[in-house]
Amino acid sequence: MSFAKLALRWVDDRFPLSSFLKNHLTEYYAPKNFNFWYFFGSLAMLVLVIQIVTGIFLTMHYKPDASQAFASVEYIMRDVPLGWLIRYVHSTGASMFFVVIYLHMFRALMYGSYRKPRELLWLFGMLIYLCLMAEAFFGYLLPWGQMSYWGAQVIINLFAAIPFVGPDLAVWIRGDYVVSDATLNRFFAFHVIAIPLVILGLVTCHLVALHEVGSNNPDGIDIKKHKDKSGKPLDGIPFHPYYTFKDLVGVVVFLMVFTLIVFFAPEMGGYFLEYNNFVPADPLKTPDHIAPVWYFTPFYSILRAIPPLFGSQFPGVIAMGLAVVVLFFMPWLDRGAVSSIRYRGVIYKSWLASFVISFLILGYLGVKPTSVWGQFGNWLDGADRAVVVARVCTASYFLFFFLMPWYTKIDKTKPEPERVTS
Amino acid sequence: MIDEDTRRKRRILVLGTSAAGIIGGLGAAIPFIASMAPSAKARAAGAPVEVDLDGLEPGMMITLEWRGKPVWVLHRTDAMLESLEKIVDKVQDPSSAAPMQPSYALNAHRSIKPQYLVLVGICTHLGCSPTQKLAVGPASGLGEDWNGGFFCPCHGSKFDLAGRVYKGVPAPVNLEVPPHMYLSENSLVIGEEKEV
Repeated sequence: MSFAKLALRWVDDRFPLSSFLKNHLTEYYAPKNFNFWYFFGSLAMLVLVIQIVTGIFLTMHYKPDASQAFASVEYIMRDVPLGWLIRYVHSTGASMFFVVIYLHMFRALMYGSYRKPRELLWLFGMLIYLCLMAEAFFGYLLPWGQMSYWGAQVIINLFAAIPFVGPDLAVWIRGDYVVSDATLNRFFAFHVIAIPLVILGLVTCHLVALHEVGSNNPDGIDIKKHKDKSGKPLDGIPFHPYYTFKDLVGVVVFLMVFTLIVFFAPEMGGYFLEYNNFVPADPLKTPDHIAPVWYFTPFYSILRAIPPLFGSQFPGVIAMGLAVVVLFFMPWLDRGAVSSIRYRGVIYKSWLASFVISFLILGYLGVKPTSVWGQFGNWLDGADRAVVVARVCTASYFLFFFLMPWYTKIDKTKPEPERVTS
Repeated sequence: MIDEDTRRKRRILVLGTSAAGIIGGLGAAIPFIASMAPSAKARAAGAPVEVDLDGLEPGMMITLEWRGKPVWVLHRTDAMLESLEKIVDKVQDPSSAAPMQPSYALNAHRSIKPQYLVLVGICTHLGCSPTQKLAVGPASGLGEDWNGGFFCPCHGSKFDLAGRVYKGVPAPVNLEVPPHMYLSENSLVIGEEKEV
């Protein structure tokens, strides 16, 4: 017996290494009909690793102190050898994380990947998404620029809108009566240790749940219904080597795009790194135009679209929160007979299309001032056109979910195939 | 076999230990939660700010920092004061019913002396600092019928020259008038008030 085999046996007697690799890679059977949309799960893991590695090296030079933070970021950009590269990879990684995650979530909506028995898998995924938003928000304060400061001010004040406990809660979150050094310091703690630990735990749960129930596929049918004599699914192929190598192609293409952005357009025209954030935080002056980073803008538009009721902006805050929370309920809102969009009827397809269009329009409006499309003349009291459009899109966003139990039921579906198609 | 009596005793013990564990756990959380509240240093900051109004010509505005927040002092012209009357039907709370000002500023012009307006420059919507749009009409970029006031760049709330919020914007109430008083004709203190 070779030395390598002896060593492996020595380990296996003490730790389930071989069986772990078998269960999760070489003998984990994934449906053979994965398509383009199935790249984004592994890409999300790749970006997570990129963010953790670049993040560790950034903390070696960054100072979480209101009087030094802005300068220390400039120091990383100018004086630290290749510091600019590490920082641009981190800032590009943040935006690309959301690109990948939004595509990953859209895949789940298209193929019904949240449906029974994958409800918990979906819930873990949604929790990861929530943590990712928190992580992005905490991280955005750290450069201590104008957008960092006023973005944090607005988001923390969302909590102040909660009746009764709100103002005290906001003070407790800030650790001061205004966004200050105390706030920066604790956001640093959340960003570099607390939230990443939670994300790693949730990613583990997400994968454990996935490997327990098995992957969904573009046909939305269960491959475990047809097995060969040895109990392997007939339409399954081992994850390694088939999908590890397929994903490797995805990784190469993704990294090409990623590096092109890092080297040639790290600010992405002000969408990945906002211009106002190159100005140090000034508590006395809000920049003329403030907007969150692009990945929050659909929700920000919803917040802005809801008018105050009973002298409180709480309804808008609730609507914004609900826009995220409602996604958690997908597994129980969908009453359709089939999972995949391939076999759904025209009603579901239309609703999904209107949801995606509303989401994109809301996202676009969120980066623009409300006056971007001018005002209606005498019609509607001369209201801002963009505000009216945002309200319509907000309604369509929520109707996609609220009417789902009904329209998925009456939708004329096509019969699902017995075996996966190519 | 365990008899019913032992089972009952064990259940009581399990419940008792769990309850004690939960109470202990909650107690252990207190220092962590408390540590996030404002520190003694943060609470001590916030001394009153004094300002000399001598150089503040009519139509001019200055911004001061008080408790980390912007405070505006605007010297209103007679035309500005007259405009407050004209837009009563455009603002949500023309008579300042919501408690956003001390009792001595509860009047049509929301200030002690009509000409000097003192406001906390923080939008009551989500805490941005509105920008000055003191010019009247199209020069402000806010349309023909703009009467001068403040515009919040974050979510588009509009306020008039007394900090009163317009109808149909996200901000729910008027801008806050901070506690303030006059030491002499031209000396203003923000953060302190005369005993009423």
